[in-house]
Amino acid sequence: MAVKVLIPPPLRPHAGGQAAAEFAAKNVEEALGQLTSEFAGLKRHLFTEEGRLRSFVNVYVNGEDIRYLAQEKTPTKDGDTINIIPSIAGGAPENGAKGSRAARVGMTDQAV
Amino acid sequence: MSAGDAVRISMSQELAEKIRWHGEETYPHECCGALLGRDRSREGGEERPREILELYPLVNRREDSPQNRFSVAPQDVIDADRAAEARGLDVVGWYHSHPDHPARPSEYDRTHAWPWYSYIIVSVAKGAAGEMTSWRLEDDRAGYAEERIEVRSEAKART
Repeated sequence: MAVKVLIPPPLRPHAGGQAAAEFAAKNVEEALGQLTSEFAGLKRHLFTEEGRLRSFVNVYVNGEDIRYLAQEKTPTKDGDTINIIPSIAGGAPENGAKGSRAARVGMTDQAV
Repeated sequence: MSAGDAVRISMSQELAEKIRWHGEETYPHECCGALLGRDRSREGGEERPREILELYPLVNRREDSPQNRFSVAPQDVIDADRAAEARGLDVVGWYHSHPDHPARPSEYDRTHAWPWYSYIIVSVAKGAAGEMTSWRLEDDRAGYAEERIEVRSEAKART
């Protein structure tokens, strides 16, 4: 038995294609630390350069958001599941603003 | 993904219409939902499009600015993942509408997007759905690759 970490589809290419990985870890920080040492490519998608969890990454332990528990110090035990959940958001440009620079090519004039 | 990879995504005419209807139904607010499907584009040496096989329509959680923002609650992401898993599929992307704006990713879209997922955008002008496009964020997050949408139908193909 160990702590199971569920890896969302966008991060699987950086985790050898795996949907889950298991680690012996006593809290979230340890589990994610082991995950990113095994799969170094995951690190920049989960953590900022300062080493903090990115704001667009939600982490749940057994269905509970760690923001409402003890953050990365949230304790884990054998049999627990850590779910990494990407935050999904977006939307049209502000009124008057055009699209992103990267996507502006080919955009036609619009009435706003 | 490396430059030169032609990315393609396929869906039935019915699903394409459903995305448009959802955008019209929620107009002037943005609609959103998950794309359930399969990505076998890298299997077996044969280049294949990513397939969307079902939609999982969601409620836009951005009550403060729903006309130009959408947000999916983490619990909705979990539910979409479970729905996909129950059908032997994956969440391969997300769709949303741009009311009275072109079907092009905004800067806000880019800063909030994840690599790998397909992001379908449908433009809804004055309540009528128009152009539909699909985008994948590049791994360095600097820009998008546009995916070619292949609608599986003989008649009335892509827009």
